[in-house]
Amino acid sequence: MAKSVTQEFTKGLWKEIPPFRLVLGLCPTLAVTKSVENAIGMGVAVIFVLVGSNVLVAMLRKIIPSKVRIACFIIVVATFVTVVELLMQAYTYPLFLKLGIFIPLIVVNCIPLGRAEAFAYKNGIIPSFADGLGLGIGYALSLTVLAAIREVFGSGTFYGNQVFGPSFQPFNFMVEAPGAFVCLGLMLCVMNFVGKK
Amino acid sequence: MGDYVLLAISCILINNILLMQYLGNCPFLGTSKKMETAVGMAMAVVFVLVLAGAITWLTEMFILRKFGLEYLRTMSFILVIAALVQFVEMFLKKSIPALYAGLGIFLPLITTNCAVLGVCLINIKEEYTFIECLVSSFSYSSGFGLALILFAGVRERILLARIPKPLQDTSIGLVTAGLLSLAFFAFKGMA
Repeated sequence: MAKSVTQEFTKGLWKEIPPFRLVLGLCPTLAVTKSVENAIGMGVAVIFVLVGSNVLVAMLRKIIPSKVRIACFIIVVATFVTVVELLMQAYTYPLFLKLGIFIPLIVVNCIPLGRAEAFAYKNGIIPSFADGLGLGIGYALSLTVLAAIREVFGSGTFYGNQVFGPSFQPFNFMVEAPGAFVCLGLMLCVMNFVGKK
Repeated sequence: MGDYVLLAISCILINNILLMQYLGNCPFLGTSKKMETAVGMAMAVVFVLVLAGAITWLTEMFILRKFGLEYLRTMSFILVIAALVQFVEMFLKKSIPALYAGLGIFLPLITTNCAVLGVCLINIKEEYTFIECLVSSFSYSSGFGLALILFAGVRERILLARIPKPLQDTSIGLVTAGLLSLAFFAFKGMA
């Protein structure tokens, strides 16, 4: 039992790491990775929603009729998103403003909904918790790495601190929309290359 | 009238929802492998988004604001959209089977298309009037369709090219989307 829980947890960190292995939740991946700070904020929000919705769906899995399950999952996810939204508005207001529309959009991020459907509806509470936590941390890690690359090259900073000397010319392309796509594409390529071996 | 044209142009080209606002990327990559599916998806999005834009605007103004329930916006919008999509699906199946055959399989996917919820939220955030909201919903979704169809055209060609193994499929798709986004980036000069 203990072993399988660890497995559920670790699979989210490499084997099924979103958004690379499961190509889901791309929009926030592209949009909030302009800076590491935003990426971590988004990652934490997603972890919370994912763990919460996974656990709640696992608890309710015997009650939810299978015909209306998708609607039920959406409500569960939306509830947690609303909680996160209100919490962020209250405690981290500047971050809330920066992430803006992408916080409510966690509802349609596909990852919480996908996990509810694919995992939590079929498994118990503890494996679902591990699954949600693992995938959430995996997602947050991917966001942070992508954001680190984009921020270091795009604006010459890391978490708001200068990395290069004053003569550094920021590579603006990286923090704009086209850079986001290209950068994610190349990262996926690297992941595929490493994963094949 | 001029304002509406300006709004439409800005929504379609300058703030293109896929390539500039990063919304709706999952179906963008998922349905762009073939031209047919891309056209189907684009049409379905235009159809649903205009309806959803109008209905969520009415929900916001006449229910949420009236009773001071703005904090329930996310939840009520997603429910309204999900119900709308289900309703549209049933309606089309019954009365316009030809259209249903074309759009059918894409309709359930639209509920989780973040472009739809995203535009509805943008409409509210920008405090659009009802007409502006219709114009923006229509133009954003046309912009989505435009980008999707352009991208599908490029992607059909890519299938024939020899691509290094690790870059295949989604990876090269994203890089291509980046280049397409660069093209749209040029429209920013118009703003």
